[in-house]
Amino acid sequence: MTPAPDLRRIIAADGSCRLELSGAWNLQALERRLAELAPRLAEYAADQTSQWDLSGVDVIDHAGAMLLWRAWGRRRAAKLVLKPEHEPVFSRLEIPAEPAPPHAPRDPLWVVIVIGRKLLSVLDHLAAMVMVLGQVVLDTAYLVRQPSRIPWREISSNIYRTGAQALGITALVGFLIGVVLSYLSSQQLKLFGADAFIINILGISVIRELGPVLAAILIAGRSGSAITAQLGVMRVTQELDAMAVMGIPHTLRLILPKMLALAVSMPLIVLWTDAIALLGGMVSASAELGIGYSYFVSSLPDAVPIANLWLGLGKGVVFGLLIALIACHFGLRIEPNTESLGIGTTNSVVTSITVVIIVDAVFAIMFKDVGIS
Amino acid sequence: MADSIIEIKGLWTQFGDHIVHRGIDLDVERGEIMSLVGGSGSGKTTLLRQMLGLETPARGEVCVFSKSLHGSDPDGVRKLRDRWGMLFQEGALFSALSVFDTVALPLRELRTIDEELIHDLVMMKLEMVGIEPYHATKMPAELSGGMVKRIALARSLALEPELLFLDEPTAGLDPDRSESFVKLVQELHRELNLTVVMVTHDLDTLVALSTRVAVLCEQRLVIVGTLDEVVADSHPFIRNFFMGERGRRALEAVRSVILT
Repeated sequence: MTPAPDLRRIIAADGSCRLELSGAWNLQALERRLAELAPRLAEYAADQTSQWDLSGVDVIDHAGAMLLWRAWGRRRAAKLVLKPEHEPVFSRLEIPAEPAPPHAPRDPLWVVIVIGRKLLSVLDHLAAMVMVLGQVVLDTAYLVRQPSRIPWREISSNIYRTGAQALGITALVGFLIGVVLSYLSSQQLKLFGADAFIINILGISVIRELGPVLAAILIAGRSGSAITAQLGVMRVTQELDAMAVMGIPHTLRLILPKMLALAVSMPLIVLWTDAIALLGGMVSASAELGIGYSYFVSSLPDAVPIANLWLGLGKGVVFGLLIALIACHFGLRIEPNTESLGIGTTNSVVTSITVVIIVDAVFAIMFKDVGIS
Repeated sequence: MADSIIEIKGLWTQFGDHIVHRGIDLDVERGEIMSLVGGSGSGKTTLLRQMLGLETPARGEVCVFSKSLHGSDPDGVRKLRDRWGMLFQEGALFSALSVFDTVALPLRELRTIDEELIHDLVMMKLEMVGIEPYHATKMPAELSGGMVKRIALARSLALEPELLFLDEPTAGLDPDRSESFVKLVQELHRELNLTVVMVTHDLDTLVALSTRVAVLCEQRLVIVGTLDEVVADSHPFIRNFFMGERGRRALEAVRSVILT
């Protein structure tokens, strides 16, 4: 190993001062002894007349040279003995280093600026989304005139990925929600002896509200994020640009198939989630209240008007379209760097879940007279 | 002084059924600039990653600074990491950090250097690779490809390494920048007695920098030697690589410079 850096002060008989440096003055060796050496260097360097003898130094690198340089007050010591091979390390320091530009001071109106920026960005997103939607409508009109150009393969693969592959997770969550809802409701109903109303409560709440919203939230988290990330990665790897160069429109090949696929698979997923959640509710109701499976199933059509099912499925279609639109919009706006990919995906999922819940509230108000007798 | 910095003994690399290296032996000595040459997909970068301990050998051993990378001393290997620097092909800058923070990161990780000295060292490294101070606050996403590469070099030099690994250092740089890059590596090599291991396809860089060349072909090292020795070899890959149109031009250009 290289010897440790060392520093010795020798005061000659005539009072002149000589500083002998030896060992390795590189970052490796200095790093451990910096706390001890730095103040000594500063102290010795205060005497301008002393001679610095670096001829005993074995190795010196830029960090070591910089340390001495700073001690000397950013210039060469007046009397300096240096090995010729160490000359270039010091000559590099003589180019004056400019300080980094200072950070811009904070604007006193920063609150207004931040809020304004946020608002403008929301408006910007809305405008861009309307533009994507408009392009999709134009593409649909084009496909109606030229049915041979319909991207069947993309649509079917998207239905498989967003629909068939989501059956497991929606079934698990739906079943557990059904069990919990039914268990808690039956506890309350038992107090009033209104056991049979468990069918009404479960039927209406699951088919009309919980099924569609639950499925939409799961699909937004699962497929929405996947769509955004996929488009984002395509932007990062310039695949989107390659498609544009070949004259293949993004909306026709990427966005439209995803929107159509989710519009098809979402109502099916909603139906599936409804069925499994009701199954869970049925199991719990039978255990808790002793309501038989056949009685539950046969009285369901009387308790829940069929309009609720159509409403739920209709919501499914709308949610599916919205999730796909939002996911594609955020995916296309990702910039070609990895950080933007992460932010874009998060924003996409948060936005689509929020929008799903807002739209669900709108549905609840619009259809308040439908399906509830 | 023939002390070996890197010793590779009987190295096999395997990914699943795919064998990349079959029994590679290679010594890199202090102060030399070793170039790894080979066709695309011949495992040059993988060999470089083996030397950095980023891959695990299927068989054989890699020692750096006489310390086995996969031996029983993980703490010792961690200390090694302060003594080498690596320039990745795509730069591999941290996307969340500004240029200044990226170069300062390895210095701050030491936790013994005060912020003022870090500032001076970082600005010096940036100046060395030709980055103007006002770029220091930029984020990697705002930089051009050539700047990313130079900042990545500044980061790999931050800890004043004794050993520098370069993966395709001049790929994606314009000829002028390539030229100044070659000059910079030459200067650093002279000033700091750096040892450099470099993977490159660029014949001009290869010819200008290498003191020795190792040729990888068909999962083995075909030859290791000075440029003249390698060029004189009759292996078909070497004949194609150096004696093709482009190779001859690069060699001739350098020869004529040396002669004049």
